[in-house]
Amino acid sequence: MLKILKQKAVSAPLLRAVVLSSRNYSVSAKQMNVREALNSALDEEMSADHKVFLMGEEVGEYQGAYKVTKGLLQKYGPERVVDTPITEAGFTGIGVGAAYYGLRPVVEFMTFNFAMQAIDHIINSAAKTNYMSSGNISVPIVFRGPNGAAAGVGAQHSQCYAAWYGAIPGLKVLAPYSSEDARGLLKAAIRDPDPVVFLENELLYGEYFPVSEEVLDAGFSIPIGKAKIEKEGKDVSIVAFSKMVGFSLKAAEILAKDGIDAEVINLRSIRPLDRSTINASVRRTNRLVTVEEGFPQHGVGAEICASIVEDSFGYLDAPVERIAGADVPMPYAANLERLALPQVEDIVRAAKRACYRSVPMSAAA
Amino acid sequence: MAIYRLARSRTITRFLKTKICPFENIHERFITPNHSLFDAYSSYKTLAADFTRKPHELWDKTANILAFRRFESARAGEQAEAVAYTDDDDDDENQEQDPHDVVQAIDFPGGRVTFTPQIKFISESTDKRVPCYRVLDDDGYPIPGSRFEQVDKETAVKMYKSMVTLQIMDHIFYEAQRQGRISFYMTSMGEEAVNIATAAALSPDDIILPQYREPGILLWRGFTIEEFANQCFGTKNDSGKGRQMPVHYGSKKHNFVTVSSPIATQLPQAAGIAYSLKMDNKEACAVAFTGDGGTSEGDFHAGLNFAAVMEAPVLFICRNNGWAISTPISDQFRSDGVVVKGQAYGIRSVRIDGNDTLAVYSAIRAAREMVIREQKPILVEALTYRVGHHSTSDDSTKYRPLDEIEHWKTARNPLARFRKWVQRHGWWTDEEEAELRGSIRKQVMNAIQVADKTEKPSLKELFTDVYDRLPSNLQEQEKSLSETIKKHEQDFPADVPL
Repeated sequence: MLKILKQKAVSAPLLRAVVLSSRNYSVSAKQMNVREALNSALDEEMSADHKVFLMGEEVGEYQGAYKVTKGLLQKYGPERVVDTPITEAGFTGIGVGAAYYGLRPVVEFMTFNFAMQAIDHIINSAAKTNYMSSGNISVPIVFRGPNGAAAGVGAQHSQCYAAWYGAIPGLKVLAPYSSEDARGLLKAAIRDPDPVVFLENELLYGEYFPVSEEVLDAGFSIPIGKAKIEKEGKDVSIVAFSKMVGFSLKAAEILAKDGIDAEVINLRSIRPLDRSTINASVRRTNRLVTVEEGFPQHGVGAEICASIVEDSFGYLDAPVERIAGADVPMPYAANLERLALPQVEDIVRAAKRACYRSVPMSAAA
Repeated sequence: MAIYRLARSRTITRFLKTKICPFENIHERFITPNHSLFDAYSSYKTLAADFTRKPHELWDKTANILAFRRFESARAGEQAEAVAYTDDDDDDENQEQDPHDVVQAIDFPGGRVTFTPQIKFISESTDKRVPCYRVLDDDGYPIPGSRFEQVDKETAVKMYKSMVTLQIMDHIFYEAQRQGRISFYMTSMGEEAVNIATAAALSPDDIILPQYREPGILLWRGFTIEEFANQCFGTKNDSGKGRQMPVHYGSKKHNFVTVSSPIATQLPQAAGIAYSLKMDNKEACAVAFTGDGGTSEGDFHAGLNFAAVMEAPVLFICRNNGWAISTPISDQFRSDGVVVKGQAYGIRSVRIDGNDTLAVYSAIRAAREMVIREQKPILVEALTYRVGHHSTSDDSTKYRPLDEIEHWKTARNPLARFRKWVQRHGWWTDEEEAELRGSIRKQVMNAIQVADKTEKPSLKELFTDVYDRLPSNLQEQEKSLSETIKKHEQDFPADVPL
């Protein structure tokens, strides 16, 4: 990476001073949206390992239902980018079978809501098989697709499955937020010998994030099971994943104006959950807010709360605040949908409650 | 686009049958006050001018047409073309051939279809059921005119001995469960021929995806009785590390994918494995088993449909043994068994007598050869009977008559039938029979006794293989557990080795 910087410096002498003096803000930082990040990760992994292949509805000729697999059919051909009939159970089963044999399928679900039709194969065929076959049959498969709420798509298209898959031993569950997360985690997932559930977010696909040269390198990957501290702080820890990380960062800006220095943690990995990073953070700030879009009962926040109580109870100065989606199937009407999902104001209020600043208890609309 | 018209009276019916009208006359012939098919026919008339165009390239079936065809099928939706051509076959030989006779066909997504002016439903059943391929009669005599693949003495004797071994093993393990020595067992009684003859007909490179009533394949491939016992007892010598309940065998070196309890999940998995074999250009196929009940699962549809679309070399074998626990096949499906379902997916299928060892052997050999040569799936329905209960948790006398079970156990026994054929060739004697049965019995009893006393897997096997590498949370738990055990040694159960 240093070599590349040096080369840039040599070829653009005018910029040399700028490059060397502003190392923290890469002037040459590319902006990449999550869709491009995923596409480039798939492309690079497919070219690096001929065993990797894609499967899913509309991934080929349609260029992907969300255009994540754009251009890949043209580049790799129909044998490696397989358009499937509409049968999640079918193509998930086929993907698992191919993985049993030793190929590395990346199975796309149009959304994880539809993956419920294939969930037996994900859990009983993929997650448990390495264990039940005493290590003889490994399942190096990746299940990916949009998860959680989009905008105005109703109950059967908006559920978050992080908690469901996060409960299953044998699976790894990842939830990227930024383009860097998307690239690094997807590459790690494809290279991983275990089955990985990769929960993307439809609304993040078009969002741009800066990516450094290191991120753009074909060998880049992010270790699975490590959370990232997006913003350091000392007053309250806000733990979130996927889209809610963005909301939490915005909430942190608002809280900063009120003198509350929030630390924002991007989980990146639901299973394995990075308990040590969360605990270390809470031991510094003594207050915790968890944020998720999914249903509250048995959610990711519940697990984080239990983990803190088990490991760092004495460090808590306030009860853990849990922000989650409303305990209702997602309504369609825009005003109701807004109320059913956590908003930035909810995170701000929760952080203030955790810091014992007086705010009304109910989240008034 | 309703081009045909419902026949409302006999005269019109006969009218329609005899004269297939050229385009310009349609308008006059089919006008009635109540029906206005005008729109359809008027647009049809303008399209008629296009019928001279012959887009042959659409129907070119070259290898890489898969992607190409999808573009074309989208195009076909935009311009539905009317293509007319003269029909050489005459429906009605009594009629004089009208020089204007044309059989009309039309393009739809999916291809060209001819049309018929009368509604004709495909019947839900045919008068005659699909016949089953059978070579030996109930007394083990070759049926006159039967064609089958000859087996030499070595193969025939090995097949018969394996069938006997399977039968004895099933009996004794079943009893062991009844005595409380293992928790569960499933027999393959009555289906020994399907098991062994299939195994003999395949190559060891073919990857087997079993349902759960195919241990005979493992037996044929060299899984020892001791290994069967170790799995059922979950001992430390079990290659499965005691992870699975009894009869859920698996063996990588024998190309036998571990048995998975949910029904029919192995069918789409087989298509996936077959697709991978195809990509690897291997001279082998995937062989997936299911019972009659398994064909009701969604995965059956997905697996077969997919295998056909992907042109995956899978051999689907359905053991139609008449019962899915207590559900008879009359409650399972209303089709003529399973063999007719193949055509619905575009899969070549055959029905065989699953209790006829030679028929099974020949049919599987032929089917396997076709699967590998043509790289497409084939469906084999083996008719048989489940003599035993579904499992040790079932008592089938509760839902089926005792004499039915007896009949299949004795008069229709696949072992007896094949034995007669083998003995008639002078390849087997009664003395060898007695000796074999005695020695297998002893071997099985011994294996059970040894397995019963063998240590169970060590504690560390609780945590391994959840993932490729032991994750940190499990490492912590393992450590914490071993520390607790050290602290309270006297409370820790003696039969769990550390």
